[in-house]
Amino acid sequence: MTSSKTQAPGPSGAWHIAPLGDRAMIIEFGQRVDPEISARVRAVAQSFMLNPLSGVSDVVPAFTSVALHYRPESFSDGVPYEELRRKVEALLTLGIACQETATRVIEVPVSYGGEFGPDLQEVASLCKLSPHEVITRHAASAHVVYMLGFAPGFPYLGGLDPRLAVPRRATPRPVVPAGSVAIARDQSVIYPLATPGGWNLIGRTPLRLFLPAVQPPCLLQPGDGVRFVPISPEEYRALESRV
Amino acid sequence: MTIEIIKPGALSTLQDLGRVGFQHFGVPVSGVMDEWSHRVANLLVGNPEGEATLEITLMGPSLRFTRPALIAITGADLSPHIGEHPVPQETPVFLRAGSRLDFGQRVAGLRAYLAIHGGFAVATVMNSKATYVRGGFGGLEGRALRKGDVLHIGTGEPERVYSPLAAMLRTGPLPFVALQDPPKSPVAPPAGWPMPVRLIEGQQWHAFSLDAQNALRNAEFRLTPQSDRMGFRFEGPKLLLREPLEMISEAVAFGTIQVPADGCPIVLMADRQTTGGYPKIASVASVDLPVLAQMMPHQGVRFTLISLEQAQQLYLAREQMIAAIAMQVKVLPRR
Repeated sequence: MTSSKTQAPGPSGAWHIAPLGDRAMIIEFGQRVDPEISARVRAVAQSFMLNPLSGVSDVVPAFTSVALHYRPESFSDGVPYEELRRKVEALLTLGIACQETATRVIEVPVSYGGEFGPDLQEVASLCKLSPHEVITRHAASAHVVYMLGFAPGFPYLGGLDPRLAVPRRATPRPVVPAGSVAIARDQSVIYPLATPGGWNLIGRTPLRLFLPAVQPPCLLQPGDGVRFVPISPEEYRALESRV
Repeated sequence: MTIEIIKPGALSTLQDLGRVGFQHFGVPVSGVMDEWSHRVANLLVGNPEGEATLEITLMGPSLRFTRPALIAITGADLSPHIGEHPVPQETPVFLRAGSRLDFGQRVAGLRAYLAIHGGFAVATVMNSKATYVRGGFGGLEGRALRKGDVLHIGTGEPERVYSPLAAMLRTGPLPFVALQDPPKSPVAPPAGWPMPVRLIEGQQWHAFSLDAQNALRNAEFRLTPQSDRMGFRFEGPKLLLREPLEMISEAVAFGTIQVPADGCPIVLMADRQTTGGYPKIASVASVDLPVLAQMMPHQGVRFTLISLEQAQQLYLAREQMIAAIAMQVKVLPRR
């Protein structure tokens, strides 16, 4: 169980590799959720996806880490984990450039408050803002997709206006409707499917974020910019009938 | 060729080796709970090991085969029978057209796997036939089998694989014939292996108290009924951290053992989420996951710790057993 903390040339910084069971490893680039670490995670994940390492079946970026799921039988010499770790170390030491070019910005229409955002009022009072100010600040924030997880196509978005920081709800809801837009702490999320959830629901989008039969199945991908566009409940229903 | 579902059983779903390559979209891998039994079942009927099998849970279905079929049933013993004749497991079985296969009492294990030569002809979703019931996709309409369903079987040549069986079926008195001397692995299947289940240390192993580390290696844990294809929740001594830990969500894997604040370990299984935010005390060695997959609720288990190197050696040895079975099937007489 070796691990390493190596300083790479350039601005890429340190990393730490550890096993995740006997068929995966995690490369960690830091211990806080921030845009710089997230950009590094995305660059590394993208590099491993564009130039797949032999034996690696899944590349899974998260907030501060990239996991590689691999097939041990694809490695011929010695301990499979050690063999893959050496390859990964070598690639990271060479340096992987963070490309911030051509980032997509996807507009997500949201009907805020009312039946679609039952927690908007409570969020507003917690933040000592009017509901209208919450909507304005949420729509004006430069959101970026940090990762997809929790459920198929479920995006965690950074970039929330710090004035909108509220804790998660004390009691999670057993069912959050699909399309719900929610916030907690410094992040926003969108629920692609109806699932349980503990985030504060402030609105809902008629867009379908996850379609299993479509390639790629997700509307959003890590690194995408997201701009929330306020719409009325009538516009919501009109759009919903079209998607 | 079709299979008619006369009775669906408690939870019968089509599964394969999972939805590989889509975890970065947050899509669970799914697939079979017991990879060993699934792979062996496919090999025995001459399928690629990644072909879908029917994962049968606790109470089996009743199935009618419209045409002659070459099948194999592996994993749990749920008393498969045709009429009054028990159907042998872990071996290829040739069925006559119109055969009705039923299951009965559970004798051992929890999950049986039924492979059929030619495979199940359902559309792939994200390159996989695995059913993900929570997401409502994959397999047959993203759900478990129901009464009245019809499963279509892919094109195959069952008479060509094991041709002597086909010939025996034409002359024999039974509704089916089974290979008398089935391909064997050099060791007994893992479901029969003794406890304890082997673990390797997780990333947060050292963040847990000494009591927790000792308990995990020495105490008995019971599988709670709040366990499903997504995760197995165990009850035993509380596994507590030395001090509170700030966790950031990151990837998890099949067999990852997460411990939420209540101190009860959860082993992540086939339908697990792609990421998790709880401390990871350990991981189940992949070769022992089939043992867990066959556990009944309330059953007890003990764990022991091995190194990552040992776990990967066991894994590679297991791959050689599979290869040995595949070789034996290849050299069996056929026309």
